[in-house]
Amino acid sequence: MNGKKNKKKTNRLIMRSVILLLLIAAIGYTIYNSATADDVSLLEVGDDAPNFSLTDLDGNQHKLSDYRGQGVFLNFWGTWCEPCKEEMPAMDSQYGEYKDQGVQVLAVNIAQSDFEVQSFSDQFKLSFPIVIDKTKDVMTAYNIRPLPTTVLVNPEGKIERVVTGEMTEQDIKGYMEEIKPE
Amino acid sequence: MSLTDISSNLLYVAFISYLIATFVFGGAVKGNKAGTFKSEKRWGTIAFAITVFGFLANLGYFFTRWGATGHAPLSNMFEFTTAFGMTLVGGFIVIYALYKTPVIGMIVLPVALLIIAFASMFPSEVSPLIPALQSNWLAIHVSTVVIAEGILAISAAAGLVFLLKEVDMTKKSKQRFWLEAIMYSLVLVIGFVVASTYFTATGYEAEFTYVDKEGVDAAITYKMPPIFGMNEYTQMTEGTLTPFVETPAVVNASKLTTVAWSLIFGTILYWIIRLIARKRIAALLKPFVKNVNLQLMDEIGYRAIIIGFPVFTLGALIFAMIWAQIAWSRFWGWDPKEVWALVTWLFYAAYLHLRLGKGWQGKKSAWLGVAGFAIIMFNLVAVNLIIAGLHSYA
Amino acid sequence: MEKMQCTCGHINPPGTVLCEACGRSLTEKEQNSKLVDMRYEGTARRSQTYNKSIVDKIWNFFSSVKVGVSIIVALLVAAAIGTILPQEQYVTVPVRTDATIEAYYSDVYGSIGKVYYFLGFNDLYNSFWFIILVGMLAISLIIASLDRFVPLYRSLKNQRVLRHQSFMNKQRIYAEGPADADSMQKAEAKLKELKYKVSTDKNGLLAEKGRFSRWGPYVNHIGLIIFLFGVMLRMMPGFYVDETLWLREGETRAIPEAPGYTLENKGFEVENYTGEDGEEKFGEALDRVGTVAKNYQTDVVLYQKPEDALPGETNLEKVKEYPIRVNQPLKFDGYAVYQMDFKEDELKTMTFALTNKETEESLGNLTIDLINPEKEYTLDGGSVVKLLGYYPDFSGFEDGEPQTKTPLPNNPGFLIEMTTPETPQGETSFITIQNTVEPFGDNDYKLAFQSVETRDVSGLTIRKDRTLPILGLGGLIFMIGVAQGMYFNHRRFWIQQQADGGIILAGHTNKNWFGLKKDLDQVKEYASLPAYTDQQEEIEKLEKEEAELTP
Repeated sequence: MNGKKNKKKTNRLIMRSVILLLLIAAIGYTIYNSATADDVSLLEVGDDAPNFSLTDLDGNQHKLSDYRGQGVFLNFWGTWCEPCKEEMPAMDSQYGEYKDQGVQVLAVNIAQSDFEVQSFSDQFKLSFPIVIDKTKDVMTAYNIRPLPTTVLVNPEGKIERVVTGEMTEQDIKGYMEEIKPE
Repeated sequence: MSLTDISSNLLYVAFISYLIATFVFGGAVKGNKAGTFKSEKRWGTIAFAITVFGFLANLGYFFTRWGATGHAPLSNMFEFTTAFGMTLVGGFIVIYALYKTPVIGMIVLPVALLIIAFASMFPSEVSPLIPALQSNWLAIHVSTVVIAEGILAISAAAGLVFLLKEVDMTKKSKQRFWLEAIMYSLVLVIGFVVASTYFTATGYEAEFTYVDKEGVDAAITYKMPPIFGMNEYTQMTEGTLTPFVETPAVVNASKLTTVAWSLIFGTILYWIIRLIARKRIAALLKPFVKNVNLQLMDEIGYRAIIIGFPVFTLGALIFAMIWAQIAWSRFWGWDPKEVWALVTWLFYAAYLHLRLGKGWQGKKSAWLGVAGFAIIMFNLVAVNLIIAGLHSYA
Repeated sequence: MEKMQCTCGHINPPGTVLCEACGRSLTEKEQNSKLVDMRYEGTARRSQTYNKSIVDKIWNFFSSVKVGVSIIVALLVAAAIGTILPQEQYVTVPVRTDATIEAYYSDVYGSIGKVYYFLGFNDLYNSFWFIILVGMLAISLIIASLDRFVPLYRSLKNQRVLRHQSFMNKQRIYAEGPADADSMQKAEAKLKELKYKVSTDKNGLLAEKGRFSRWGPYVNHIGLIIFLFGVMLRMMPGFYVDETLWLREGETRAIPEAPGYTLENKGFEVENYTGEDGEEKFGEALDRVGTVAKNYQTDVVLYQKPEDALPGETNLEKVKEYPIRVNQPLKFDGYAVYQMDFKEDELKTMTFALTNKETEESLGNLTIDLINPEKEYTLDGGSVVKLLGYYPDFSGFEDGEPQTKTPLPNNPGFLIEMTTPETPQGETSFITIQNTVEPFGDNDYKLAFQSVETRDVSGLTIRKDRTLPILGLGGLIFMIGVAQGMYFNHRRFWIQQQADGGIILAGHTNKNWFGLKKDLDQVKEYASLPAYTDQQEEIEKLEKEEAELTP
């Protein structure tokens, strides 16, 4: 009789503890979420880089998946963006170094006119392909906020690194090393 | 006669009917010297018939105005407040049909009269709907809310009757103070109506320019002699009163002036009544509630909340959320009006738990019923006129 | 606490107030009161019975009505405080940072604003303590309901027909007295006619109606708990989408957070009430307030890409054309796109005339599309205007190079080369809206500004909310619960015929005693039962008389 009673009491205690813990955990988690709600869900290192297909100034299609096995240096930019302008020549010269070692540079312009992009390219005599994301589709898929943002994709098609802001030539060289196929 | 004219005439008919019915209900209650149910019933029935007639005219106003404007007349301060007066009477009719209590009518009808008179102080011309209001949900959401508030207000009327009988007016007490404060605030509404009518009739206007809270130059026209001046005002009309006090930019001194004049007129009126009667107003009403069955008042007060609470939930929260999701893309945005609907809802939820769980009946319950009405009125008046938000259509 | 044995022999769980079997009062307090407390049928609220460990104490805390009401009142007060000054989401500052918002509160509202901001009331409804309060309300709802529902359910299920005299005469409605021989049968028949469920046992009967209304509070609490669960889910990432898309007329853009969908803006318009054409009735109101908007509308085309299409591909398939208006969002695939905002009159094209500066003679017009300019504009007479550089939002020169600060044509600058039959070597000029620079000396020709075309920008909001069905379900269950609990009531009569042929009768309802009495009046009339009293009223009358006697 007594043993049965004790057992019932223990069961009740466990029940109540579990319910209370669950509820408190739920509240805690909710508060945690509301405190971190402002953080935008950016792409993370190690994720598969979303595949896309864009057309360059010469009318050639560039599909990210075509470069599987190569590192892809994906640079989002616009002509109005000062740091983008600054880093373009360095990117171009490093592209010269690394394109034979299996690193591809793709510069994704954000929805500007062919004329603006072409004259920019001519002005800086850029040799890497420049594609235009006319509907901001790829920008949306990559959740790009500030420009420039550079996404480094390794030969396996995974994101190796996301860089926001201007890069020096030294940085660019280092990044290209990172994604160079073995 | 245009539909709009018919509509406003019907509102007059309703107003006059309620006025007559108030006195007949009062007579029914007062004339019942013996305390028997019969004499009260005879005059009560006549008063009730007048009330129903007035209510039909009131409904007539509502639907003819609907016809005239092309949308449910619930879209601005005048329309909403008038509808509230109407549903208050509607709620009374339901309660009277159930409980046959003339004394409730004696309280509800003058309050409904005050509310309709208050409403008429706002611009009443037929106005077009802004895009956010162009939806069938206007009729669905607002009418449900206004019906619920009408029913809930009956609880306050029953509570008031209960307190008028129960609170001892001969001895000094907190309850006596607050009960008289309720009476005083009702007189203040009359003060507002009198002040507005007086200054409108005399055509008072004073123009000012001022600097608003964003630092932009703006102009304003006072319809009452300016007691308070807007931020950095300049007087544009000659020969008008110079404001006594200049207020900071967040304060709308024009509205504050209206409040001040209402207080002045209301307070004068209140003391005239006090001096003539040589009694507090609540004490003045004592003889009318002599034969009241307290148990019944308590039950009516509770019943009104029980009936009104689900309707209020449906209209002020659920329908509101559905419409907000459609019009504003989010079902809840902590807009002041939304918050005050939630406050009202929480208040009545607390009432129900106190009554059911803690056995708060009688006096406590009556006070809560009255407080609920105060919250509803606050949401109607203060939130619309003072606190800026998405719902400020007036 | 020990189990309690009633004099009738029944063993009741600890904390019971009224014997489960016969209804006798078990506690001294109950025995001395004039009326029994029927709130939970006299069962023990589970939590009251155990108070041992800390867990039990916390449990009991949340189970109490007093605590529940305190939480409700705290929420009520907090919610009201949040409306004293506008919440920061409704505050408009040019640049949104914590510092500018803080400055706004102190600039506009002075020291009150400062204190308000200092206390964190500027974002009160997202503050951790407000969320904790709501969470405590949820805990209270769950625990209080569990604690009361189980024993109430058990006791209503195991109701006995025959109750002890002391249970009967402590009910609010009570009657005793002689009756006819067939009173019991007649009462039974009448009660059945009134839709009561009648069960009999020996000399007694129990008539019951609307027991399900007793479950109303628990049903509505379940609804609230589901609703709050939905709210909690909503705060987790990925449960809803809330994006803004500024879409210019003529633009086609991918819809953020809606993979595969693209939206094109065919045109935006604002329409105001005119007071004409059937709107004459609004004339007076329009005179008083000025302009009133009638419609904000964006005509859009929704496109979808095939399932296997990649971002960036342009093989769009038209899904539908739709005019998005306020109150009429575009809906597709769980998403809704709302008309929320707009900006009017951004530059779209500029038209110039190639003009001889001296003779003012024009060689023809050219129109530059500011969104998609061309390389060369050839005029009829063989003149050519070549675009060397285009700077949509010209912001000055840097190292002799024109700069643009945004991609939007707010202040377009053009570097052009004009070639005419008279000036075949070409003349270079840099043109902006304000002025013209001729870097290589005086030109013979200029581009004379003729006209502009503009376009509007529509501010759209994209929403998808996976929690809506849960919230809706919670609301529905809540409404069912309150209707069940409030629009129905649980009425019971216990009637017993005693050995001497006399009858005792008791009645109880959880609310609407008025209705219960109306039922009883009918039964009494039909079955000639003894007259009943409302003991609550009797007690009050007595108290009143006593009060009047003691001055």
